[in-house]
Amino acid sequence: MARAVSTRRTVVFTIVAWIIALVIFFPILYTIITSFKSETEAIQGFNLIPSGTIESYGAVQAQSNYFKFFLNSVVLSVGSTILALLIAVPSAWSMAFAPTNKTKDILMWMLSTKMMPAVAVLVPFYLMFRDFGLLDTRTGLMVMLTMINLPIVIWMLYTYFREIPGEILEAARMDGASLWGEIVYVLTPMAVPGIASTMLLNIILAWNEAFWTIRLTTTNAAPLTAFIASFSSPQGLFWAKLSAASTLAIAPILIMGWFSQKQLVRGLTFGAVK
Amino acid sequence: MGNITLKKVNKSFGATQVIPGIDLTIEDGEFVVFVGPSGCGKSTLLRLIAGLEDTTSGRIEIDGRDVTGAAPAKRGLAMVFQSYALYPHMSVRNNIAFPLKMAKLDQGAIDKKVTEAARVLNLTNYLDRRPGQLSGGQRQRVAIGRAIVREPSAFLFDEPLSNLDAALRGTMRLEISELHHQLKTTMIYVTHDQVEAMTMADKIVVLNAGNIEQVGSPLDLYHRPDNIFVAGFIGSPRMNFATGEFAKPYNAHSIGVRPEHLKLSTESGALRGTVGVAEHLGSDTFLHIHVDGIGLVTARVGGEFGVSHGDQVFLTPEEGRVHRFDDKGLAIR
Repeated sequence: MARAVSTRRTVVFTIVAWIIALVIFFPILYTIITSFKSETEAIQGFNLIPSGTIESYGAVQAQSNYFKFFLNSVVLSVGSTILALLIAVPSAWSMAFAPTNKTKDILMWMLSTKMMPAVAVLVPFYLMFRDFGLLDTRTGLMVMLTMINLPIVIWMLYTYFREIPGEILEAARMDGASLWGEIVYVLTPMAVPGIASTMLLNIILAWNEAFWTIRLTTTNAAPLTAFIASFSSPQGLFWAKLSAASTLAIAPILIMGWFSQKQLVRGLTFGAVK
Repeated sequence: MGNITLKKVNKSFGATQVIPGIDLTIEDGEFVVFVGPSGCGKSTLLRLIAGLEDTTSGRIEIDGRDVTGAAPAKRGLAMVFQSYALYPHMSVRNNIAFPLKMAKLDQGAIDKKVTEAARVLNLTNYLDRRPGQLSGGQRQRVAIGRAIVREPSAFLFDEPLSNLDAALRGTMRLEISELHHQLKTTMIYVTHDQVEAMTMADKIVVLNAGNIEQVGSPLDLYHRPDNIFVAGFIGSPRMNFATGEFAKPYNAHSIGVRPEHLKLSTESGALRGTVGVAEHLGSDTFLHIHVDGIGLVTARVGGEFGVSHGDQVFLTPEEGRVHRFDDKGLAIR
């Protein structure tokens, strides 16, 4: 009996989970479906079966160079992630292994910067970028993305590092490792799973960042977010082209996420379950 | 060389004073054990010597050189941790080689030293395994291997055997003692286990609440404890204590007699008591005897002693084996 009940429960939960997953995934799915429609089909209303034309993709590529945007996205997300890690690894090290009584406050303060609406600092940042000649440059945007995601990167690494027994680092110190040696030979290799999932998450966050990437770029440094935005033009909406652009923009990160989902799930639930 | 001198070494964590000011001299080649109950500051003292904690005030010298402010690696010491603290991502070989790599030795010299250490510690067949694939005793040996390749002026052991089971602990105890005889290097060993202290040490430092209660050879502490604390801490089972009228005939505030120094008789003796629990170890029997006015008294008798629960027995302290203490708990000699 008990077995029958639990089987029924499993079935019900599975169905509910699938429904929820489909609801969440549906906008993405519909975007992909729409991208395979013609413009006339796309504005005709709800329709799950596209004609399968790829004319929108052709039009999108003809209208603006996808690969240029793609390359910018890669450079920006990977670059800002590396930059963030370079700053975050030592920061998280000091907070995890040499905490002071202000460490908790600093962590909270860093997190609080994420609570501020980005638009509140748009004008000062825009002016600073203009004065330093950073508008529409990869360098400028990379710095911006690093700053935006740094709190999360530090927080995640801090959580991982806290799980590493301090005695091992002390052993390294006794063995003659310098601070640098300790971080490079002992801490980092031990934290590789944590660092890897932090890296993946940060690449995704940076890839999807749309507020600053759209506002601080025009052409040279514009990533795929700006590529999508360029198809919601004032001349009218071209749903199919917009969908094709969106699909092209999210495809790489979706594929990367798919292949690294084990890392990501482990990373995001790390420390939650002992 | 491995002379270590502590001069008025003081350690405070914020307002809490853990080590109030310790003077201690450790001679080259000595096996010194810091022993005391948990929280007595013995590990902190070891970490101060290692340089893993900063000294609040005072001076630490190694071979006459002031190392009070020196980094751990600059003190020429090696440490074996309670948790072994092996590098889990490195093979046994690389774990042992790590301090040599940090010292920038050439690969040939590193290989030679690692092979030699592995041979001494019976780890030759495990060199390519990861620490996770080893047993507790093997891990402990890797930790020791990592320490000996450095040829330090002194080894520091922080409760290295407390994670091992009783049988392995006995074996490792012998191995470490044997290692000390081979290397003749200064060793400082921290433990809360007085059996380890008694069996391994040349010199025992008994610590209590950050203070040194007594320093001496194991038998010195056993036969001539300076105070009630040391008398009670060293020796197993614990010394029996009595105060008041029992101590008066000895001109003392309190007296102490070790369980092995009580003569037992079923007919007559100085004290009368009732047998409670008897612990039979085979070679010995520990009798826990209720004595009016004192409470539970432990007596150690030979393997076979025909009394059982509830029997009446008589106890007499052996001549010259009674330890006398004044009202401050200090030994009267």
